Formats: sequence, C-alpha cells, structure tokens
Amino acid sequence: MRLSTANAPVAVLSTIPSDSHTWNLVYLHLLLEEHGFRVVNLGACTPIDELVAAHLRHLPDLVVVSTVNGHGAVEGEQLVRRLRRHDRTTPVVIGGNLGVAGSADERHVPALLEAGYTGVFVGDRAVDDFRAHLRTLHARPHLAASPV
Amino acid sequence: MTRGRFASYVADNQAAGRLVVQPRMGFATTEQMRGGLLAVRAARATTAGTLTLDSFTRVGDHASAARALVHGHDLNGYPLVAHGAVMTRAMLEDIAADDFPVQVRHGSALPLGIFHALLDAGLDATEGGPVSYCLPYSRVPLRAAIDEWAACCELLASVGDGRGAHLESFAGCMLGQLCPPSLLVALGILEGLFFRRHGVRSLSLSFAQQTNPGQDLDALLALRHLAAEFLPDCDVHLVVYTFMGLFPRTPAGAAAILAESVRLAVAGGAARLIVKTSAEAFRIPTVAENVAALEFAATQAAGCAAPARRSFDPAASPAYAEARLLVEAVLDLHPEPGTALAEAFGTGLLDVPFCLHPENANQARSRVDPDGTLRWTRTGRMPLRPATGHAADLGSAELIDMLAFNQRRFDTPTTEPTTPALSPAR
Repeated sequence: MRLSTANAPVAVLSTIPSDSHTWNLVYLHLLLEEHGFRVVNLGACTPIDELVAAHLRHLPDLVVVSTVNGHGAVEGEQLVRRLRRHDRTTPVVIGGNLGVAGSADERHVPALLEAGYTGVFVGDRAVDDFRAHLRTLHARPHLAASPV
Repeated sequence: MTRGRFASYVADNQAAGRLVVQPRMGFATTEQMRGGLLAVRAARATTAGTLTLDSFTRVGDHASAARALVHGHDLNGYPLVAHGAVMTRAMLEDIAADDFPVQVRHGSALPLGIFHALLDAGLDATEGGPVSYCLPYSRVPLRAAIDEWAACCELLASVGDGRGAHLESFAGCMLGQLCPPSLLVALGILEGLFFRRHGVRSLSLSFAQQTNPGQDLDALLALRHLAAEFLPDCDVHLVVYTFMGLFPRTPAGAAAILAESVRLAVAGGAARLIVKTSAEAFRIPTVAENVAALEFAATQAAGCAAPARRSFDPAASPAYAEARLLVEAVLDLHPEPGTALAEAFGTGLLDVPFCLHPENANQARSRVDPDGTLRWTRTGRMPLRPATGHAADLGSAELIDMLAFNQRRFDTPTTEPTTPALSPAR
C-alpha cells in the first residue's frame, strides 16, 4: 500500500554517524510510506553534515532518527543540536536502542527532549508509540497526507 | 601452505574433530577486555578469542573513542586504535597464545589503520572484506573500499616472516538475513579470490545460518566445493555464524537455534562457529552469557556424529548452480577481482536485496517460504531466475514477519524434544 504522491509530506529517515544497522531503516521506510510520506532514506552511518544537507535540500515535514547500536544517547543528542541550529520547528524524533545497557534507555529520554527532539521512542512499545505519533502528526493541517 | 597462529590452531582442532567456537566480544577498557578474554579462554570449550571493536573505531572516529575513554563513557566494543599497540599488547599478555589465538572483528569499510594497529599489537587474524564491510554497513564508495582492502591484504601478506596473517571473508553474512544463500556463497568466493589476488593465502569463508536448515547445509557444502575449485592453492576453512537476525527471545528458543547452527557447522564441514547468546534479542551479552553459549555449543558439537563423507553432487545443488553462475559472470567482467566486483555492482549484475548502500542496485527482492526456504522474488539484472507466482512488493508488516521468522520458529513451543537450557551457570 503506497499512498505517496507528489504532494505527499516528506520524511527524512536517518541514523547516527556510528550506526551501521539498516533493517530498522528498511522497515521504517515502508512504515512511513504506508503512512503517506515520501521518504528520503539516508542509509547507514549517516554523517551529521549529510543529514543537515539533506534536511536543507528536502525541507522535510518530519525527521526520523533510528539507531540501535548503543551510541544513540550520545550521537543522537549531537545530531539534533546541530539540526536545531537550522530549524527549530520541524518535528524531529528518535527511537531504537539508545544506550549500551538496553533496558535502561528510559533514562536518556529527558536529555534528548531537552536537546531538541519532539519525540523519543524506546522500549518494547517504541514502534506502537511511533505509529500513534505518526497519526497525531497527520492531524496537523500542513502534514495531512493526500492519498489518491 | 603457510599458516599463522590463528589458522594453525583452527586447522589442528579441525583435524582432531573439534569445532572451534568463538564469541563476539568487545569492551571499552583494557581491564574489561582482558577479563572477557580470560573467561573465554577458561571456558570448557575449544575457543578462539575475539576483540570486537567499537563503532567509533569502525568508522575511523578514533577521537570520539578516545574521548569516551577519558570521560569513562561506555563503548560498544574495544577501541583498538585509541588504546594503541602498547596498551593492547599488555592487555593480551599471557592470554593470546598458540593455544588461544585472538581475532580482531571490526566491521570497517576502510580498515587500514585498524590493520596496522592489530599487527602492531602482535595479532594475526581479522575479518571483513571490500564488499561485505562496505555495502551493508557503510556509505563508503565501493571503489574506495576495494582499493583500501587491497592495501590491507598486501599488508597482511607481508607479515610473519612470510607466513602472512589470516583473513576471514564476512560475505556469507550480508545483512544477516533475507539474502538467498547462493548470493552469499558467490560473494564469499569472489572476496576470497580478491584476498588471494592481493597476497593472502590463509583465509576463511563464512556462512550465516538462515531460515531453513536443509537450504543452509546445501549452501555450506556448495561453498566448500567452490572453494576447492576456485582457491585450490590457499589454506581455507569455513566458519558458520549462528543466525544474525531477529533472535529468539525465550531461553529455549535461543538454545535451539544455537544448537541448529552447531549441527549445520559440523555437518557442513566448518571448522569454526561464531555463536550468539540467550541475551541476543535484548542487549549486548555479558561475559557469563557468552561463556555459557560457548560451552553449550561445544557440548552440542561433541554430541554430533562426525560428518558423513557425503558425496556432494554439484549438479543437484541449487546453491552451487546459482553461485557458480554469478561467480563466473563477475569474473568475466575483468581479470582483476576488485575491478570485476565494482563493475558487477555498478551494473546490477550483483544486487543484495534490501541493501541501502547507494551503489547497490537494490532491485532484487527475496522472501521466506512457509518452510523457511529463501527464494528470489525479483532478481533485478542478476543472471538468475526469480521464483514464480509471488509478488515482489511487500509492506512493513510482511517485512517484520519475514525478519521474525526464526523468532517464531524457535520461540513457539513444538513437540520436538526440548534442548537443554542456555543460560549462564555462574
């Protein structure tokens, strides 16, 4: 089910510079398409410079950072601080396994929100919560997907 | 035939009928790393040690790795370059030896600095490859990775009084799951030919357990047969990886999938197995969980009958037929294996399904049959035929379903006899 059209909202999908995992990106690409987004998938080990460049080029409606290698708490924070120098309003969310200690991810959430993320999705419910979050984004008028 | 410490240890144990088992293991500090290696060495199993490097080191960001050490932040592996050769030699002292060789596992597409560091630290075995560590895990241009890996191979070939160091191709593990085995086998042979072209004569070829044991065994036997055909003048052993994708979450499921990978390794004539642990679905395993997995695998291997000297019939092997076709088509492109590989990906003659690297055509698609067999649904410009009657398009739910195939297969209780528990005993 692909709802993307030329007018579809755009999502830039990225990971952090040190993270080489990509199944999470393959999955989220399909999921975002199914929620009406046109997806710019930046692939493995995205340098922050490339993410910023892609952001300025595509002016996305949503930026999704997905990471599972345990460095998300550190590099995810650097990433969003850089991005926020250029753009203070676009929703930017992060999710996955953010620290090396697995289940202790919750403790990173306040710092990441403070650094500029509008959503942080961790733990067993991360994907469900993210899908719910996508539906709330659709409620925003400028983000309404336009399925054909 | 020349062998260094790592390859000799593996060959001697294979000759004695013992499967070498090896963890993935890497810690930030030298103390933690030494403790981990000591525990692996003391495990009741025929083990090789592993230094898994952290992901800052993997992408060449040694400054970030060093900063994390200074600030006492955790890392997801051992920062070999940031620690340097002197610290690493001290860390390995009285541990790394002829009866306990240590391999460096790094995941880097541009690893020349890592190769210098590991040789300076007195180690003689590592792994990866110009395709297998570039396409799945990086955004490095393939040509750059190929050139750097050529230099890395030549460096390895020059050490050890001409004995050379050992290099394992990681090509049998592309993306961990959903890649039909024939392409994994073909890429292993092609990377092996590339290593050989650049002077490496002691090498291993990998294969990661997938979703159907019969298909896996056929692929492993095909890999062995093709290695004998294409790399007859090299010292080659096979290494099996316990399933690398979404891992069973129950202790019984984790034990059962590990046991199946042991049976695959033994039946397929592999000399070495890289294990996974009961914690795999949740987090990076502890030392105790790794030791438990190694000992469990060793017990399972001891219980396997020696592989029957089965006669492998290439004409009856689906993996052999497709892999041989791919290898020959690629080698026809150019006499230099590296150039041939670059051209093959550039033209889509090789195409890894679901691989996001900008130079992978990403037109090929695969699916998991109800019995776990991996099939091509779309072959792009590869000289292969897709399975008929199945749409190639899939949605996110179907993708998750396929990725979780082994989780379901091993976590759902069946009537099969239960396998002993796989959890740390201490």
